[in-house]
Amino acid sequence: MYRSAVYDEPLLNELESPKKEKINIFTELPDSLKKKRNIKIPNLDETQIIRHFHRLSQMNYGIDSGIYPLGSCTMKYNPKICEEIASWDKFTGTHPCQDISTVQGNLQIMFELERMLCEITGMDYFSLQPAAGAHGEFLGMLLTRAYHEDKNEVNRDEVILPDTSHGTNPASVTTAGYKLIEIPSNKDGTVDLRILKETLSEKTACFMLTNPNTLGIFESDILKISKLVHDAGALLYYDGANINAIMGKARPGDMGFDIVHLNLHKTFATPHGGGGPGSGPVGVKIKLEKFLPTPRIGRTKEGVYLFDYDAPESVGKIRGHYGNFSVLLKAYIYIIMMGRDGLKEASEIAVLNSNYMKKKILDSKQYEMPYKDIRKHEFVISCEKLKKDKGIRAMDVAKRLLDYGFHPPTTYFPLIIKEALMIEPPETESKKDLDRYIDALIKIAQEDSENVKGAPNNTPVKRVDEVNASKNPILTWKMI
Amino acid sequence: MKFVPNSSVKSLMLKDLGLNDIEDLFFDIPQKIKIKNFNLSKGLSQQETEQKLRKILCKNKSYNDILSFLGGGIKPHYIPAIVKSITSRSEFYTAYTPYQSEASQGFLQAMFEYQSMIAEITGMDVANCSLYDGITSLSEAALMCTRITGKKTFIMPHNISWEKKCVLSNYAKGPGIRINEISYDDKTGKINLDELNKKIDDNTAGVYIENPNFFGIFEDDITEIGKIVKDAGSLFVVGIDPISLGITKSPGEYDADIVIGEGRALGNPMNFGGSSLGIFACKNEFLRQMPGRIIGLTKDRDGKRAFCMALQTREQHIRRAKATSNICTNEGLCALAAVVYLSWLGSIGFFNLSKTNYEKGQKLAKSITAIDGFNLRFNGTHFNELVVKYSDDAKKLNKQLLQRNIQGGLVLDEFYPELKNCLLFGISEIHSDEDIERFAASLKEVSNV
Repeated sequence: MYRSAVYDEPLLNELESPKKEKINIFTELPDSLKKKRNIKIPNLDETQIIRHFHRLSQMNYGIDSGIYPLGSCTMKYNPKICEEIASWDKFTGTHPCQDISTVQGNLQIMFELERMLCEITGMDYFSLQPAAGAHGEFLGMLLTRAYHEDKNEVNRDEVILPDTSHGTNPASVTTAGYKLIEIPSNKDGTVDLRILKETLSEKTACFMLTNPNTLGIFESDILKISKLVHDAGALLYYDGANINAIMGKARPGDMGFDIVHLNLHKTFATPHGGGGPGSGPVGVKIKLEKFLPTPRIGRTKEGVYLFDYDAPESVGKIRGHYGNFSVLLKAYIYIIMMGRDGLKEASEIAVLNSNYMKKKILDSKQYEMPYKDIRKHEFVISCEKLKKDKGIRAMDVAKRLLDYGFHPPTTYFPLIIKEALMIEPPETESKKDLDRYIDALIKIAQEDSENVKGAPNNTPVKRVDEVNASKNPILTWKMI
Repeated sequence: MKFVPNSSVKSLMLKDLGLNDIEDLFFDIPQKIKIKNFNLSKGLSQQETEQKLRKILCKNKSYNDILSFLGGGIKPHYIPAIVKSITSRSEFYTAYTPYQSEASQGFLQAMFEYQSMIAEITGMDVANCSLYDGITSLSEAALMCTRITGKKTFIMPHNISWEKKCVLSNYAKGPGIRINEISYDDKTGKINLDELNKKIDDNTAGVYIENPNFFGIFEDDITEIGKIVKDAGSLFVVGIDPISLGITKSPGEYDADIVIGEGRALGNPMNFGGSSLGIFACKNEFLRQMPGRIIGLTKDRDGKRAFCMALQTREQHIRRAKATSNICTNEGLCALAAVVYLSWLGSIGFFNLSKTNYEKGQKLAKSITAIDGFNLRFNGTHFNELVVKYSDDAKKLNKQLLQRNIQGGLVLDEFYPELKNCLLFGISEIHSDEDIERFAASLKEVSNV
């Protein structure tokens, strides 16, 4: 069994401040601006601060702690060399508005990264501006609107999604002001062509799809889907959260997708940072190029890189400057290091890992897996049988996994599977670790149900009361 | 192969699956779309990769290589070593969103502390644990004002960065928000109060004011502005530079409803403009309309203090199409840097930092305006950025400075045609008196040519 470090670590404001302060008022400012009270931030010694955060870090589980098979999040190992290079001050110390002659290195990286992403996805052009996947989706919706408005088809105000879509998809659709239509999946867990056909109309702006989908199933009818969507005059959008399954194997551009977003913090190994920063570049086919955000990155015949703002039909900007450059840089390093064979093998082994785990878990007969058998980089099992037999829910299994020293899978998603555990074991995990994870899942199913329902026991805190956190929100020191 | 341990046991694992070839796992991809040529380069070793990147970086100049007084809301600040020491703890940076709170207590507590400090410096009740950047924070604030009031007009100053306007107009399209601009006073550089009075009406969801504004000028009528906004029944959104809050009143002290800002300056490097840190804080009464992740304090099964994500029913992973925002991945690690940085400063250090930035700003203004041909464009009180009017061609000036290995200011007339040959300069605690002297001497030299 696993034991995490446990500290009853006080909050920063509960630590003893060695330095006493007097009231500081800055008298030079006009009276209407003058601050008349001190800000309450403790004045601590550096050792106190380091120990505080060091201890906190020891009560946190990351990929470097162990396997982290969070479905749809592609928690792969983050190569240290990427972190090292991205911290060089030749990169970190550059201002976004410096004269471009002094940032040619940055521009070269962005220029080349755009081209590499085009090759990986089969798209014609890329924008590196979006700060995350959902931000890319939002940009995708802006591009969709610009495209239809350009064709004077302003009545296209609906976006269709399958019921297996990521939560960000519907949220991005409505943030951009589109009406959302969710269609049910068929008995294979894939897009129901008949329903899709019935739903598509002259009102449809776009169909958003993840392929392989969130069940880990490749939409084999993708060419038919693409034809249906395009025949209806709509665009086809690719949520690239799952592209770790198909690099070097198939490309969304060849499947007929018009717009693609990628999550560099998933497939391209940049760290998730406890929630970010991420990066969600968007690629498009040539017919959408003129709408991409500014600036575009260009190169003169002489090999000088530049920012090109001359794009009158561009949607403009969706954030400041050029994107999360530090993340772009890490992804660039990862891709040139892996190369074509490395990326292809990454996808192959990710899919192998997933199918291997799936088979071993299902062979145990403790869990079920609805829908089609063949899976790509992730698969979703159901704890419904455990719930019926022993009252053990997916959340209980997840929490018990923590006691075994493993990060749980994604839970209760996608919504069409009851008591879902969505498992994605990326290529950076070894067979030995996969076997240990499989064993733990099987053991948990066989354990005394009270044991499982009482989990976790070995973490810094026991099962956390999340309902209370929302009912009686305490969100700052002051609110305690 | 690199980072792929099961390469070596591939056939063994395939055998377990009753398969011979890895291709068998991809039979469900139609032949027609299978890749024939994958035109990427061959991979590189780690050593080769590092060598390649060293060659590329030689084409860059960081603020350590070139003397720079660029403004525009982003400047280099000193980052104490303790920040990287903590943010490079891989328990933190290799984790993701703390969905499993029992295994994420460390990050959750740090984010709770971040929220507490942001609430403290902005004078707001609550803060979320980050949005993408200050610019998208403004857009989210405008959407939130519309959600709360049901009104569809948002007012902002003419003198905010063009990027902010552009991003806001994109986010405004969804709910169909109309954006109205108020001009600035030609003399002071502050917003035009009369125009605000005229333009604000019953349909105004919110009014956005920056303090200090894009020209570096403090809006010292801010209390009055707040009253005008409140009297019209609108929400008051204030944009801040966190560095200024050590010496100035916090927006909470002049009754702001929502506070946004770019938080990069709190312990994060410039990184060519990204990553960034969107600060977002508000009054408690608007909490349930807030976008983004919020961390709360609660108890575990044994009654022990514990942290977890709170109010998740606002978020896309639960509420989907009805979420308050589509944001999922945010800027967590930058928020971690910010809380470590603020802890390191403490309230005394924060006050001193703020004061130093103000004083440097005054010193820079004095040195520049002492030279013939350079004048302050506005007479309002400025913080650490300032608009300077040059009597000759501003672009040419920047070129001449560049030849002396100096990065000049941001040329403003592209975005504000009325500000011909005006430059936006910025300064921070990293600039020494010698830097200012060298800069002023170069300006003098160049302008005399």
